Amino acid sequence: MREVAIVGTGITKFGELWDKSFRSIGIEAGIKAIEDAGMSGSEVDGIFIGNMSSRFINQQHIDALIADYSGMATRNVPAVRTEAGGASGGVAFRQGVMAIASGMHDVVLVGGAEKMTDLDDAGTALIMDSTADAEWEGSMGLTLTSLYAMIARRMIFEGKVTREEIASIAVNAHVNGARNSNAQFKNVIALETVLRSGPVADPLNVFDCAPYSDGAAAVVLVPLEQAKKMGVEYVKVSAVTQASDTLALFQREDITTFKATTVAAKEAYKIAGIEAKDINVAEVHDDYTVAGLMALQDLGLFKSGEAGKAVLEGQVGIDSKMALNPSGGLKARGYPVGASGVAQIVEITEQLRNKADNRQVANAKYGLAQSVGGTGSAVTISILEAI
Amino acid sequence: MDVGIVSYGAYVPRYRIKPEEIGRVWGADGVGMGRGLKIEQKSVPSPDEDVITISAEAARYMMDRVPDVDPQTIGAVYVGSESHPYAVKPSSGTVAEVIQATPSLTAADLEFACKAGTAAIQICMGLVGSGMIQYGVAVGADTSQGAPGDALEYSASAGGAAFLIGSEKIIAKINKTMSFTTDTPDFWRREGQPYPSHGGRFTGDPAYFKHITSAAEMLLDDQGTKPEDYDHAVFHQPNGKFPERVAKMLKFTPEQIVNGLLTPAIGNTYSGAVPLGLANVLDKSKPGDRIFVVSYGSGAGSDAFDITVTDEMKNYKKENAPTLEKVLENPVYLDYALYAKYKGTIRMPE
Repeated sequence: MREVAIVGTGITKFGELWDKSFRSIGIEAGIKAIEDAGMSGSEVDGIFIGNMSSRFINQQHIDALIADYSGMATRNVPAVRTEAGGASGGVAFRQGVMAIASGMHDVVLVGGAEKMTDLDDAGTALIMDSTADAEWEGSMGLTLTSLYAMIARRMIFEGKVTREEIASIAVNAHVNGARNSNAQFKNVIALETVLRSGPVADPLNVFDCAPYSDGAAAVVLVPLEQAKKMGVEYVKVSAVTQASDTLALFQREDITTFKATTVAAKEAYKIAGIEAKDINVAEVHDDYTVAGLMALQDLGLFKSGEAGKAVLEGQVGIDSKMALNPSGGLKARGYPVGASGVAQIVEITEQLRNKADNRQVANAKYGLAQSVGGTGSAVTISILEAI
Repeated sequence: MDVGIVSYGAYVPRYRIKPEEIGRVWGADGVGMGRGLKIEQKSVPSPDEDVITISAEAARYMMDRVPDVDPQTIGAVYVGSESHPYAVKPSSGTVAEVIQATPSLTAADLEFACKAGTAAIQICMGLVGSGMIQYGVAVGADTSQGAPGDALEYSASAGGAAFLIGSEKIIAKINKTMSFTTDTPDFWRREGQPYPSHGGRFTGDPAYFKHITSAAEMLLDDQGTKPEDYDHAVFHQPNGKFPERVAKMLKFTPEQIVNGLLTPAIGNTYSGAVPLGLANVLDKSKPGDRIFVVSYGSGAGSDAFDITVTDEMKNYKKENAPTLEKVLENPVYLDYALYAKYKGTIRMPE
């Protein structure tokens, strides 16, 4: 298999982009990535796009839409849309990497896009809830938020985290989001703000939940050997893995850990030839604050029961040994679902290329991205390496 | 020819309900809801009150203050509302009858969400300015609807104000009016539906704030004025929070908007909101005061007005009708059970 490199990144602003369409943000991110790679676009021979739900914009066949509006349909470039709930973008990236590694494609554009704010909140929530088990969870009245609330309650009950530690994930996210010009929320918040915000599903409040957002992100992949000749700044894809778990949360033996994360992470570290302690910067899937804490323990970045304390004490800031979600994460940068996994790759790439402006993590060598679908039913782990 | 306000009258039903009482019924944090919306209480119409009675009360107060004006010289009556009691049968005809302005006049009901009242003022200005009529009556009133349990239920209230528009003995000259209108679907109610639908957060930035700031900036630019040139400012007030924020965006001070901001005390009176705010400002203003007004109607549009109070205000018989402050005295508080009965949401036998 060929080694793979990222040679270009593109991202739009995340937020309530009411004056832009799905297709316009998708194309904006793609063009930026192609330009960043120093290409014209005619080199691209494959497109993979992460997009969670056609119901947000009432449009199936997103793959053809993107191929068409990017001008690549006239060259008959194949396009594939991936859907894996919140991990849709992460899966698109993995498919893109596999396409290059296998030798079937030479220049791949991986995109992620979602336009969620054209529906009312209830309509959007209903679609998000369908990333859990619609028959055994959704039909019983369980929402995605309530499932994560159960996880949070159990983790607190078992003494693995405290309510304050859970809330501190949002505080860290907003500190970093304030430094990211593309972030949806650029305001620093206090722990008390999270704890006193309106209740959603006890113990989770409004500020424990990532927002519904519009946004798109894209990266350009080529074989590593090709990247070396291109004269552009690139990073190496050291590993990209994926694991599944039961769709419904109640089928799990332990709901305080996502086994798909631990399994995929273990495999990824092995492939990359590193250990968790080698990771300098991580973008994890904090669609709910509690999920951010789970990720830190499941990825082995902190021991179980110690992640919360570390975040609360500010040990995961941009200047830390291991920086958490420098982009602001899903919580502050915004959460256009299908775009999210690709946006994480964009952020890690920028960090490793030393191009992350005022949120740059110093001397980062290895970066990790974790993208999660539903309640950990699908997880992708990507490890990138600075060259 | 100077065209402006010759008289005005305002009316708000006496009943009130507090957000905590609404929240109590729905198991919601009513206090927090009220705090978030900056609404302490909202007015509720009694079972016998609707847009016609509210408009008639306001129009009668308006006429009481100008005993020298012969109602027969009124050439037009327009009632702006989104809760006209009849889908087909004009509120304006009844109001014209009540103030004895019939039969030689034109009348029509207007609808543009919350800005139909200010649209009525503009139409009357045109008719008076062109010489087609001597006086025109413009009313903005609503008994607004919010679905039970919806966020709108904490704010949707009732009230209205009437303005006599003419060119003689004007107490407030309308120096200029300009409007900003687009097709923006932020809030709507289809024919036959009992309650409106809204686009959640979409009702904010791309709707309310964009239209008000655009109309305001257009008028300030046209008139060559700055916010500090005005003594008072009235903005549409779906809650207590939005007008404060839009004032800040446009660089108006809290002192400038205080007299025109009634929503914290009476809720969102929809088409009545800006007319009532303007009535309260006129109650408290003196000759020479300059007033900046911008309404907002979902769908969406804003009407902006630059108004100057004239010396005629000294001769105006304001005391012939109660000021808005007086109208709002001695409220009667309802629990949700009586509120539901008054709103007609309890299913009764045929």
